[in-house]
Amino acid sequence: MNTIGEKLAIGEAGLTGALGYAVVFIGLFLLLVVLIISGSIFKAKAKKAAAVVTPAAPAAPAPAQEAKPAPGSAGEVKLFDVPDKEAAMIMAIVANKLQKPLNELRFISIKEVK
Amino acid sequence: MGIIDTLKGLLTDSGFASLMADGGWQNLIMILIACVLLYLGIKKKFEPLLLVGIAFGCLLVNISWFANKAGIGNPDALFHQDLWDRFLDPKDAAYHSYGAILAKGGLLDILYIGVKAGIYPCLIFMGVGAMTDFGPLIARPTSLIMGAAAQLGVFLAFFGASQIGFTGPQSASIGIIGGADGPTAIFLTTKLAPELLGAIAVAAYSYMALIPMIQPPLMKALTTKKEREIVMKQAREVSKTEKILFPIIVTIFVVLLLPSTAPLIGCLMLGNLFRECGVTERLSDTAQNSLMNIVTIFLGTSVGATMIGFRFLALDTLKIVALGLIAFGFSTVGGLLVGKLMCWITKGKINPLIGSAGVSAVPMAARVSQDVGRKYNKNNYLLMHAMGPNVAGVIGSAIAAGFLLKVFGG
Repeated sequence: MNTIGEKLAIGEAGLTGALGYAVVFIGLFLLLVVLIISGSIFKAKAKKAAAVVTPAAPAAPAPAQEAKPAPGSAGEVKLFDVPDKEAAMIMAIVANKLQKPLNELRFISIKEVK
Repeated sequence: MGIIDTLKGLLTDSGFASLMADGGWQNLIMILIACVLLYLGIKKKFEPLLLVGIAFGCLLVNISWFANKAGIGNPDALFHQDLWDRFLDPKDAAYHSYGAILAKGGLLDILYIGVKAGIYPCLIFMGVGAMTDFGPLIARPTSLIMGAAAQLGVFLAFFGASQIGFTGPQSASIGIIGGADGPTAIFLTTKLAPELLGAIAVAAYSYMALIPMIQPPLMKALTTKKEREIVMKQAREVSKTEKILFPIIVTIFVVLLLPSTAPLIGCLMLGNLFRECGVTERLSDTAQNSLMNIVTIFLGTSVGATMIGFRFLALDTLKIVALGLIAFGFSTVGGLLVGKLMCWITKGKINPLIGSAGVSAVPMAARVSQDVGRKYNKNNYLLMHAMGPNVAGVIGSAIAAGFLLKVFGG
């Protein structure tokens, strides 16, 4: 269909509009299917990886306190000549650069190099 | 030549004299409109990055080109509408001749080549891709359905425009305002109805800036208090590999489905791949900062240059403004209705307010969902959930534009 420069009849305009809307739906629905399939593959992979890691855990028992850090925290960090604010900033930058949530990282100490 | 003759020549050649001549009043009105747009952009912060450029382009063209003068005989003009009319006339020797534009055009004519060739909107899309995190969409792919539903206004406005005297290509360009996506609207309009570019660009960007005023009343009207208070569960974490594969999958899939979307989807996804692949940080930085800023300047000023008085001051402009508002409204309604449907299907796990973010306008529409949600539940954080339909809307409007280009692009 090509109606360059012409006015559209009501039926033709309605049909084109409905067809266009349907094409958008179909396109995005098919993309949805592809994403669901690829997502389930990745989820399954992540589950497998978690299952492999879980049996290894009893082989190297760790103190209960270390294995379960408090939500949002992974223990204490020792600061040497570094104010709290700067330490928080450094930890946030490191987490951002590593693209890991802050509570999954453990900082032992932060020391200013003079 | 005596001093008197020189002064006389200066006076008759001046823009002031042209403002008083036939049709000069139209330029005068456009100068006022440009000043109002500058006020809205600078003082009210309505999409200032583009609106300031558009308004200044409009100002420049209306003080340098007058319809009552022969454009070609006016070499000082920054933009020559008559040259572009000849560029589009198949019977003219300058038909599709960029050489004629380069030889005889002014500064804004040359910058406008990038709009006409569809380069700037695509480069802006590359920057948008480099700035966008598609993680929320990958984590909850059902957001795509809301993004699709929110294209309702595009096709309703297309239908409406076609029934009030616009041609098919013009109606398609007007309808795409409902996609709430400036670069897509400019891309499609330059291809299908370049004569309406100024009005459509201004309408699209003005309504995008007005989203916080247009959407909330519709959101309140179409949802219940209980629905607005729904707190959504955190979506799953998306791995780096998934984020890298996403732009590649979307490009292959969408472009194979609708090849006419290749310039927009291709650039959007290339920008996103730069961001996510982790080995092109410099390119990602350039795409989202320097390149984006440069292209925004060129795009804004050259689109503003198309707003010449004798072309812009027409009843059609008012019709476009009205149809644009209808398009925006219905797109919001489409997204909200599907949001409600998904809320019902999932037994209240999805807050329907995120459906309105399907109208693109990243990230403003998502912010509106967040603000309205928090108004009813202080502990509700919908922003990341709304980003899913929001970025899905960008893909949806690009597909809608690709479809309309396929049908009316010749």
